[in-house]
Amino acid sequence: MTAITAPAPAVRTLQGSPITRAVRDALTVADRNLITYRRVPQLLVFSTIQPVIFVLMFRYVFGGVVSTALTVPYVDFLMPGIFVQTVVFGAIGTGIGLATDVQSGLLERFRSLPMARSAVLAGRTLADLARNVFVALLMVAVGFAVGFRVHTGALQLVAGMLLVLLFGYALAWVFATVGLLTGDPETAQAAAFPVLAPLVFASSAFIPVRTMPGWLQAFANHQPVSITANAVRALVLGGPTASYVLQCLAWCAGIVAVFGPLAVRRYRRAL
Amino acid sequence: MAKRPELLVLDEPVASLDQMMITDLWLHIDHNSVIISDHSALKREDGDVPAESCRLPGLSHSATWNLRRSLTMADPAVTVTGLAKRFGQVLALDGIDFAVPAGTIFGLLGPNGAGKTTAVRVLTTIIAPDRGEARVLGYDVVRDADTVRLNIGLAGQSAAVDANLTGAENLRLVGRLAQMRAADIRDRTVELLERFDLRDAADRPVRTYSGGMRRRLDVAASLVHRPPVLFLDEPTTGLDLQSRGELWAMIRELVEEGTTVLLTTQYLEEADRLANRVAVIDRGKVIAEGTPADLKAEFGATVIELGFADQQERATRAVDLLSGLAGDPPERDRDTVRLNTPDGAHVLGDVLRTLEADGLSPTTIAVREPSLDEVFLALTGHHAEDTADTPPHREDA
Repeated sequence: MTAITAPAPAVRTLQGSPITRAVRDALTVADRNLITYRRVPQLLVFSTIQPVIFVLMFRYVFGGVVSTALTVPYVDFLMPGIFVQTVVFGAIGTGIGLATDVQSGLLERFRSLPMARSAVLAGRTLADLARNVFVALLMVAVGFAVGFRVHTGALQLVAGMLLVLLFGYALAWVFATVGLLTGDPETAQAAAFPVLAPLVFASSAFIPVRTMPGWLQAFANHQPVSITANAVRALVLGGPTASYVLQCLAWCAGIVAVFGPLAVRRYRRAL
Repeated sequence: MAKRPELLVLDEPVASLDQMMITDLWLHIDHNSVIISDHSALKREDGDVPAESCRLPGLSHSATWNLRRSLTMADPAVTVTGLAKRFGQVLALDGIDFAVPAGTIFGLLGPNGAGKTTAVRVLTTIIAPDRGEARVLGYDVVRDADTVRLNIGLAGQSAAVDANLTGAENLRLVGRLAQMRAADIRDRTVELLERFDLRDAADRPVRTYSGGMRRRLDVAASLVHRPPVLFLDEPTTGLDLQSRGELWAMIRELVEEGTTVLLTTQYLEEADRLANRVAVIDRGKVIAEGTPADLKAEFGATVIELGFADQQERATRAVDLLSGLAGDPPERDRDTVRLNTPDGAHVLGDVLRTLEADGLSPTTIAVREPSLDEVFLALTGHHAEDTADTPPHREDA
């Protein structure tokens, strides 16, 4: 039996469809992450200045040597590789961002809020996808400025860029996992570079693979950065596209299938 | 029924009572409005329900329970039963039990690594327990996690704000993620920034805030969705005295408005000043529970020290005079007389009057509150600090 003395604050229960909520929460988190990119522009430096330097360096410093092994102008060969390289290194940002949130304790607050469990990872990868769109457009502009020409058509360029963005989105899940595992931005960055450097440089991104020693060619021909660069190249420069594009899509699907659940499981566990 | 309520809610009041007790029960009920839920056939036979009362035999148990929960403060807002959590080799919680009455402040008191933060993380659905049960407003923190999350706020060492967002943006972010309506978020943000003295800093990135401002924003962020239950994990650790006092005042204000607060602290003084009830926790176990006064009376005493400026014979006389007072007999250490008493302020008056009546007045007087360490020593036989350096009982595992 209970005597009533004063009303306590009302108990709320969750309303609405879980899917609507999941989408809205993901967009809320993405919005928050994009504010961070606007307010801390140095976060964008690594993903913009660095590829611009690469364009200038490869185009004007190494380009003369490499072009002797090519049938197309080096700048046309180079730019698809630059696009891929840009999103590959950019993916580190996903890991750094999540590691920062772990470290600051913000993820603890998120976990205590009635938001969709998927929202932190979905929002983060969406924000980084939006950042990649911006950076990709910038790099296309830079490419045209240094003489890059599309041999096929605008549609193929768009298709190529979509492939690049998709590859970047898949890689974001790899680094989301790394960021959550390390829980420390510096460690996340340090862990990423030794893995990414061989993938980017021992690939067809900047130079034709056939100039490499045979043992390295075996690796370089089949790893995803080369596959994606070759797919984009086939799209914008002409040539058979189906095989590379399908391989690239398979890589993207495989990466997400492995690292998506890993990242989600890591997020659900104690931080 | 101490206060003669306007409305009385009875949830299956006669279940498992015999006829005599039922009749006796109805004799004691003469209120204007009574809501009764009942499924038992026994009820139909008693016939003695007060005339004006409204019987709702069809009202289900859970409906009455919800009604009662929303109307009353007598139910515990938080109940913890046999809660255990292990991180690898570390047993962070070793079967703890406690209950927090609604509308009160409950203190979890213990040294670093005692398991306080782990308990808060389980109660705020951040981690799941290995064994046992935790309920907030009657909802299980594992099975009804989303309902729990809608009705709790968390601030302190484990919660945080985004340093790159402004103060206002941080509050709006929490409001959106707490599923509030846009207009409500706007009003609430303005209200909280005002209340926590952050209006002038509202549109500055949080990285420009001082430590005290950040902590205030952190607490404000935990209140955006007006949670009936608030968890504060060491809310004043690292704050200066003034900020600490301000935060204490804010916590008291919230409780006056009906919020239930569970706070963890390492400071006996903080628990004493704020909490209605305290559970002392050590190595993952609750080792004492009660009001702060109970704990101090039982396990720690206020120490009154009287100095007699190198005049040992006066000190000896003081010991003789004070031996008749309540509490343990006074001790003399050369020219200093020391009294242990559970009731410092009261006894100090008696002490001074007694001495003065005999023309004796001490040259120095010091009153020292018992520390957590003393309570700990009395409870466990070891110092509070010991556990801090002893793994197997870290809590941030």
